[in-house]
Amino acid sequence: MSLDTEQKNRRLVIKLILIAVLMFGFGYALVPLYDVLCDITGQNIKLQQSATDPVHEFVVDEKREVTVEFITAVNEKTPMEFQAETRTLKVHPGQYYTVNFKAKNLLKTPIKAQAIPSISPGLAESFFKKVQCFCFETQLFEAKQEKVMPVRFVVDPKLPEQYKIITLSYTFFDRTNIIEN
Amino acid sequence: MASVVAEHDDHHDHHDHGPEKGLLRWIITTNHKDIGTLYLLFALVMFFVGGTMALIIRSELFEPGLQFVDPQFFNSMTTMHALVMVFGAVMPAFVGLANWMIPMMIGAPDMALPRMNNMSFWMLVAGVLLLAATLFMEGGAPAGGWTLYPPLVLQTGKALPFAIFSVHMLGVSSIMGAINVIATIFNMRAPGMTLMKMPLFVWTWLITAFLLIAIMPVFAGAVTMLLTDRFFDTSFFNAAGGGDPVLYQHIFWFFGHPEVYVMILPTFGVASTIIPVFARKPLFGYASMVYATAAIAFLSFIVWAHHMFTVGLPIAGELYFMYATMLIAIPTGVKVFNWTATMWKGAMTFETPMLFSIAFVVLFTMGGFTGLMMSVAPVDFQYHDTYFIVAHFHYTLVPASVFILMASGYYWLPKWTGNMYNEKIGRLHFWLSAVSVNILFFPQHFLGLAGMPRRIPDYAIQFADWNMVSSIGAFMYGFSQLLFVWIVIDTIKGGVGKATDEVWEDASKHGLEWTVPSPAPYHTFTTPPEIIPTEHL
Amino acid sequence: MKKTKHLFVSMLLMGMGLETAQADYTLNLVQGSTQLSHELYDLHMLILWICVFIGIAVFGTMFYSIFHHRKSKGHQAAQFHENTTVEIIWTIIPTLILVAMAIPATKAVIDLDHVQDSDMSIKVTGKQWYWEYEYLDSGLRFESHLDEASEKAHRVSSIDPRSVPNYLLNVDKPLVIPVKKKIRFLFTAGDVIHSWWVPDLGWKKDANPGFVNDAWTSIDKPGVYRGQCTELCGRDHGFMPIVVIAMEQDQYDAWVKSEIEKQAKGPDLDKHTRSDLLSKGESVYLRNCVACHQIDGKGISGWYPALRGSAKVTGDTSQLMGFIQAGTSKMPAFKKLKADELATLVTYLRNSPDLGNSVGDETQACQALSLDDLDDLYPDIDNAPQLCKEFGEVKPEKVVSEKKD
Repeated sequence: MSLDTEQKNRRLVIKLILIAVLMFGFGYALVPLYDVLCDITGQNIKLQQSATDPVHEFVVDEKREVTVEFITAVNEKTPMEFQAETRTLKVHPGQYYTVNFKAKNLLKTPIKAQAIPSISPGLAESFFKKVQCFCFETQLFEAKQEKVMPVRFVVDPKLPEQYKIITLSYTFFDRTNIIEN
Repeated sequence: MASVVAEHDDHHDHHDHGPEKGLLRWIITTNHKDIGTLYLLFALVMFFVGGTMALIIRSELFEPGLQFVDPQFFNSMTTMHALVMVFGAVMPAFVGLANWMIPMMIGAPDMALPRMNNMSFWMLVAGVLLLAATLFMEGGAPAGGWTLYPPLVLQTGKALPFAIFSVHMLGVSSIMGAINVIATIFNMRAPGMTLMKMPLFVWTWLITAFLLIAIMPVFAGAVTMLLTDRFFDTSFFNAAGGGDPVLYQHIFWFFGHPEVYVMILPTFGVASTIIPVFARKPLFGYASMVYATAAIAFLSFIVWAHHMFTVGLPIAGELYFMYATMLIAIPTGVKVFNWTATMWKGAMTFETPMLFSIAFVVLFTMGGFTGLMMSVAPVDFQYHDTYFIVAHFHYTLVPASVFILMASGYYWLPKWTGNMYNEKIGRLHFWLSAVSVNILFFPQHFLGLAGMPRRIPDYAIQFADWNMVSSIGAFMYGFSQLLFVWIVIDTIKGGVGKATDEVWEDASKHGLEWTVPSPAPYHTFTTPPEIIPTEHL
Repeated sequence: MKKTKHLFVSMLLMGMGLETAQADYTLNLVQGSTQLSHELYDLHMLILWICVFIGIAVFGTMFYSIFHHRKSKGHQAAQFHENTTVEIIWTIIPTLILVAMAIPATKAVIDLDHVQDSDMSIKVTGKQWYWEYEYLDSGLRFESHLDEASEKAHRVSSIDPRSVPNYLLNVDKPLVIPVKKKIRFLFTAGDVIHSWWVPDLGWKKDANPGFVNDAWTSIDKPGVYRGQCTELCGRDHGFMPIVVIAMEQDQYDAWVKSEIEKQAKGPDLDKHTRSDLLSKGESVYLRNCVACHQIDGKGISGWYPALRGSAKVTGDTSQLMGFIQAGTSKMPAFKKLKADELATLVTYLRNSPDLGNSVGDETQACQALSLDDLDDLYPDIDNAPQLCKEFGEVKPEKVVSEKKD
């Protein structure tokens, strides 16, 4: 193999390894990229940019009714009971409502748990404003403690006509071990 | 083509006159032919290891009810079967072919980076052994499917970090192999061997190598995220910490879709090399073949979410990925038409390599048809994760990639060993394979459409008959492959006699490898050959 | 021999074009029982026929060539290797076909996505390894497990699956919905990803933990529709079927009423005979425990501890009940068991020959009732490590580290 070829090989190898390293980084870059894309297209909305939205006065649209559903789930072995006090609510866009959720620690030791919200349809997310909510922070539940947790929200009157039902879901995850580690 | 000189007359300053003696030769070798042989033999062994796993699966599915294995072990088997076949058998087999044939096809003395070549092979062996070792670990081997979807894969026992590390090793090995291929093709071509004169096998491998460099690091990243999610409390894929399990699927399939093309593009290349020889006609549409391959490779990067139509994609995503996926049918169609046109008005003979190649064109096209059906997102809401999918991708892998690998074996064995294989047994192997592979996979279309999900160890009674047929086909197919092992051993030992240098009638018109003696000497083209314009270009 | 004979017969019958004894196998997609599923079926058939015609054309040409253009027939090879016109034609025609396919496909995507304007919503939660349904209007909520007959048949080798009606496609409590109502399903999962598929409805949808997916259906005619989980979800992925029963609105209303009444009832506190307790206990075991601890109570080495001969099981009854209700870091808390279920389960665990235990006692529901609130009676019951220690294969030190505060 001539010296010239060896040099050409070396340069090429460096370039190719660089591409491989860049692609490894690209894999990680997909994580924030995904959040952006989800936001635009309405997939698996994480609602994490702002836990609560600022209070804003809307004109109440008395003529229009939107059904809001509240569903709850408890993930895996999280030792909790968790229910919405109201399962469905007919609301007028622009008006503020409060719905209570009840969560109870079934254990006799304290646990830490966190509620993760999700919304369906995803594209309605930006029109569903929560001014008070219990998500995005880990909650401490004392032994056997039951908490009533309110969510105060308003549906933006600008919500496109095609949306008549919005579902808000909360899932509680046990974070006791994670936090301690 | 009189320019090729006999190699033993060459004078060398350094010690590479011939191979080392004994076992050490195979461990430290940097010779492209030795390493190619190692890759091919390793792939053949893994083909039988993965095949045994497939037969365990098909035994359990022979009848309704659980007879042989625990469901968890069954899931490990489906997972390991896929990983072993993809990373241990098909990919290494094509790397082996690349090692053997690319330097000989472009008139290079060896691969560009011989030491890296050796390292990438042994890293592959280590990676596959580590993967196999997970079978014996507490909690068993990974059982979440080869796609390793979280959160399920995070429930794996002790094996998880080892499986992930083995994926890293396999990835590094593939990347090194790919770098070597690219460097060889870019820098080592004989003078006059322009890019558009290269045989299609070389072209498809060049494109495949770029795919590998682009995707293997992404996969390595995805599994690293799994690792940190499990052991270091990151939350890439855990909703509790603000992550999303669906994100993993996006990253995985960004790797996974090009990955399946890594296994099929070199297949196209070999088919395009073999068919013209036995049709005694130049390949139809050489340039369009190259462009179609590049187009398929490009499209493979922008269609990944068609594996995820039911995951809850937004409607814009469903539509985009449906349209983009449908487009793949166009370049793929061009390829099939080109192969048909190559056969048209040829003077065909049907030796074993040609038989396997024709079966490839027909059966791969059938896999392509079901692929087209699945690209239609709304109907995929029915097909997804059923046996219809299993039938589809096995049609594009077994009677496609594996058949073409068999064809390559028959086509080049005489050049590699200097001996002719037993044509009768070869044809027997072909006919048994071609018939049994359809008994094996065709009924799976019916099962999927009738509602049988994939990856289940037991099934409802209405699926019993076709499962039984499919299992019978599996055993026929599996045992037929032993004929190939017999042929390889027999040919190495002498076969049915010495092969000529050209082996196949007028083959030297179709590739430089047929201009060197049979068996190919340990060193070929230490002096670059003179490239004369061949008829088909 | 039995296998071989069955195979022979079925092959023979298939060869004769006759249906076999298990007559209801099909070769094609179901047409289904909703407008949507019919639309998808038509689309499927359209593409299938397009593929068949292209296949006939391509393979026809190829085989014509294979039969006529062979060297053995003295055919001389032509040497052409390109033809721009032909190549343009065979690029454009497929493109046009694809466009023709994309139009109805786009319409179907939009129809699938049309989840709004529904009459009622049902939440579906996938769990390892059963489904949980919740009707958002009435609040009715229940679990739907594989039925007992299938559960036993796939776990006990002496039972022939062919003797079980709807083997692996039957559940203990099916989902009931009214016909001709637009129903919106909301999917989520409690652990790993599952996927809910009933072919007659025309679609499947993934249930992702922490997120909600939706889909809709409106069933035309009353009937029983069966399906399965289609996303690999672990050991018993193949054993979590779905049964949907569609009925007329008035029947449905009556069903909801009776279900709500049934759920409102407290535990059955009557005294039962020992054999009664054991057989009821088996049902509770098959529903809640068998997936991990297995039909013979031997557990799975390295995964789930054995109940057979376990000191925890055969020891103090009250402690055992407390343990079941409290759960551990590895076992969920079975708070949902009512006193009668708990009592029968404990009787079964301690005395079932299937599990190899024979303490020789029984527990009546009223004896378990006071355990509904364990706190006062067993203040140390949360001390799971101590309790776990005696549980065969669980490694005490591991449990300790996981439960450590």
